[in-house]
Amino acid sequence: MTTTTSAMGGIVRRREDPALIAGKGRYVDDIKLPGETAAVFVRSPFAHARINSIDTSAAEAMEGVLAVYTSDDVTELGPLLAQVPVGVMRPLLADGAVHHAGEAVAMVVAENAYIARDAADAVDVDYDPLPVAVDLKEAATDEVKVHEGAESNVLVTWYSHDWWPGVMELEDHRPAIEEAKQRDDVVVVSQEMVNQRLIPVAIEPRAVLADYNTGYGRVNLWTSTQMPHAIAAAVAKTFGLTNHDVHLVAPEVGGGFGVKLNLYPDEILTVFASRELGRPVRWTETRREAAYSSIQGRGWVGTATIVGTKDGEILGYELDALADMGAYSQNFTVAIPVLGLYVAQGQYNIPLAWQVSCVQTNTQTTDAYRGAGRPEAIYYLERIIDMYAAEIGVDPADVRKKNFFKHDEFPATTAIGLTMDSGNYDHNLDTLLDDVQYADLRKMQREALDEGRYVGIGLSTYVEVCGFAPSVLAEFGFGWDAYGLPTSFSGSGLVRINPDGSASVIIGTGPSGQGHETTWAQVVSDRLGVEFDKVRVSHGDTFESPVGVGTFGSRSAAVDGAATYEAAEKVRQKAAEIVAHMLEASAEDIQFSDGGAHVAGSPGHRVTWGEIAEVAYKPHKGPEGFEAGLEAHAVFSPGNATWPFGSHLAVVEVDPDTGDVQILRYVAVDDCGNRINPMIVDGQIHGGIAQGVGQAMFEEAIYDADGNLLTGSLVDYPLPTASDLPAFELGWTNTPTDVNPMGVKGIGEAGTIGSAQTIVNAVVDALRPLGVKHIDMPLRPRKVWDAIQKARG
Amino acid sequence: MQVSMTVNGRDVSGDVEPRTLLVHFIRENLRLTGTHVGCETSYCGACTIHVNGTPVKSCTMLAVQADGADVTTIEGLADGQTLHPVQEGFWERHGLQCGFCTPGMIMSAAALLAENDNPSEDEIRHGIEGNLCRCTGYHNIVRAVEYAGAKMRGEEPAPPDWTLDFEGVS
Repeated sequence: MTTTTSAMGGIVRRREDPALIAGKGRYVDDIKLPGETAAVFVRSPFAHARINSIDTSAAEAMEGVLAVYTSDDVTELGPLLAQVPVGVMRPLLADGAVHHAGEAVAMVVAENAYIARDAADAVDVDYDPLPVAVDLKEAATDEVKVHEGAESNVLVTWYSHDWWPGVMELEDHRPAIEEAKQRDDVVVVSQEMVNQRLIPVAIEPRAVLADYNTGYGRVNLWTSTQMPHAIAAAVAKTFGLTNHDVHLVAPEVGGGFGVKLNLYPDEILTVFASRELGRPVRWTETRREAAYSSIQGRGWVGTATIVGTKDGEILGYELDALADMGAYSQNFTVAIPVLGLYVAQGQYNIPLAWQVSCVQTNTQTTDAYRGAGRPEAIYYLERIIDMYAAEIGVDPADVRKKNFFKHDEFPATTAIGLTMDSGNYDHNLDTLLDDVQYADLRKMQREALDEGRYVGIGLSTYVEVCGFAPSVLAEFGFGWDAYGLPTSFSGSGLVRINPDGSASVIIGTGPSGQGHETTWAQVVSDRLGVEFDKVRVSHGDTFESPVGVGTFGSRSAAVDGAATYEAAEKVRQKAAEIVAHMLEASAEDIQFSDGGAHVAGSPGHRVTWGEIAEVAYKPHKGPEGFEAGLEAHAVFSPGNATWPFGSHLAVVEVDPDTGDVQILRYVAVDDCGNRINPMIVDGQIHGGIAQGVGQAMFEEAIYDADGNLLTGSLVDYPLPTASDLPAFELGWTNTPTDVNPMGVKGIGEAGTIGSAQTIVNAVVDALRPLGVKHIDMPLRPRKVWDAIQKARG
Repeated sequence: MQVSMTVNGRDVSGDVEPRTLLVHFIRENLRLTGTHVGCETSYCGACTIHVNGTPVKSCTMLAVQADGADVTTIEGLADGQTLHPVQEGFWERHGLQCGFCTPGMIMSAAALLAENDNPSEDEIRHGIEGNLCRCTGYHNIVRAVEYAGAKMRGEEPAPPDWTLDFEGVS
């Protein structure tokens, strides 16, 4: 039983909260500089058009307007940098043509945002509309080009057997799968499915405040980002400054989910305008604008196929999909499907033939949204497994277990040549099935049907890959070289014992609600015995924090947390020498706890951290020749990614007369390794599930045939509300990993990766007696009702 | 135009354009930045404040409409250094992650409990459905409101429902 304690694995209230619950948190838009100005963008009403002219004179003449910038003013600063430079990079402002609705065409800077908004409306842009490629399948035919003169809308196709040509030598499973299909004792189950495009919607819209002081040659930049150092580096590279000369602060960040894991034109253009005007420039995204000014996610259409025996042995799994990139390639855009490929076979030891083509369309760019490729991959796999189980009449839990990698098969090599170090899938699923008393649930379902009620049980398992490693993956494009930050996905942490005996922990992550200030304090307090309340954590400021790549991919605890753990270990070793000198003992015998240190076996023979610090900072009091001060920095470069996994189950009831879906129960058993603070882990899972349920039931970015986004506001892009969701029931298994010293794997995206297909499987399970086999997300009542009518004929 | 109102017990006034939104008056003129703007359609609820005791989304109300009103924002909810029970509940039950929706969510929950300090889970979920949270999945927000309700009734809150069972090395 875990107790309420600040130690590792214990529960402690969050450090972050006192400010946030009192309205004292400081987000970018809460920071005010003297003399600041406001920027507003003029955005295209067309998805594809030539720009004949831009008349800014009326806007410029308005009182309070300071400048109106167009592409000609900023050509030398663009285009926006991208890690995998495939396709067309985004210009900072549209250069002669626009390629998606809402693309920024001009930027107005004025004394305040109200004036800037009025002036933006006075900018007159003359467009010649061009044909658009919006539908993914149509775009893939190249009948209409997203960019005039481009060779093809299809940028790249990722194949499971050849995803990193020249580096990974892999077996091509396609011939064996084709051969299996010819056998007469097999079934082949195939389904085309849409994994619809989503708008991430962090509740804090993005915001930037730039102050370029040309006297100091320094940019001060506040931006709501998940990757402070990477954005700072990109700004430095763009303006020809050193890394040091961009002082970026990501203060409180109001949700990330991947939408703030990107460099955006506004982060360059506000800096530019500040340089030109000699005043700070602020830009704050409106919610409606966010659908155009920030990346979107998902957007796949694909056909999944399973060939397997009639008793549940899977002989091959295929996915043939198109992934929507939108109009421009930004940070990782075309690489996102590769993250899906990493988990394409999920928990199953099965032959794999996967191909995903990245297709540009005249829509907003897509990039990493919570899960980033992995929810898409697991969705297709876990939906088609359910359809296969239904086809052969075997319970979906049994089909899954029959094809699992077994516990004694780890470390296991995947079809794409990666090594999953640990896994115990049978145990995890059994824990879930035992917890819900699965057989009884199925009985309840049958009884409900006898009463005319359509209750469904949906299952999904998943594998996640977190803390991307090893370092060489940076050479594939999973790094920030393009931004001028040639790093891999290493993590960093700095631990300092201050002269008063308190500890400072300074980290290179960019949290947006994950509780790093609390969990890192737990880690360091646990290692050093400094009281929890005296371990203080800061982040997000590039002047003070060690270089780190940020918070994404469920990596922070497993990588930067591990680095902080190792930095604390370095401090502990040096402190042990100091204490040994103070207590005239041997350094090996020094133990740290309860705010100080003592000699093993004689707890009364102790000194406090305040006393240790004093010696550390007064060299004449310390051991002969030691270096004064007591701090250490560590970089942790894991040898492998971590491979969390889990099993989710939903019970739903569908009203066949209205198509309304009610979630009766949602149960998740996740295996994220050791937990630093189980309360925070639970919270991550809750939120992750809610986003997956949002995709399953409500959310969809819909473009009309002309490329207009019909769902740009929260009025028509419904997020799940409190009344849409049930209380979640969570369980936990712990399969150890030794990839990092704390044995933690990552939990930020697990809930999202596990949940969308769990809901869809449950709804289809409920409606199977009516003949429904598949419904594409989101499962809004009308769509469910239509599927019921169609199945009933 | 001149507007005057009482905000968190203090008389304030300001000169604003007629089109100035109440949330901008509060954030920009009064520099009370705890009230947040998450959308412009009243859907997210991050800007929720109390106007004459009623929860209101201040992003779709003009400052001039609040002339003469008694306004409470998140900054005025606590009693000095003593947190409002809802604030305490959010801290105790991990009812927030990024914290951006939190001020509005707390203001809505406080208004809910002011009307009914013993709501069912269903009533809580419906009571806060005008406030969107993208981080928590609402589970712990509901627990936080339950905690606050118990405190307001003078009862011991139910224990937290964290996933504690040590599963062990498998």
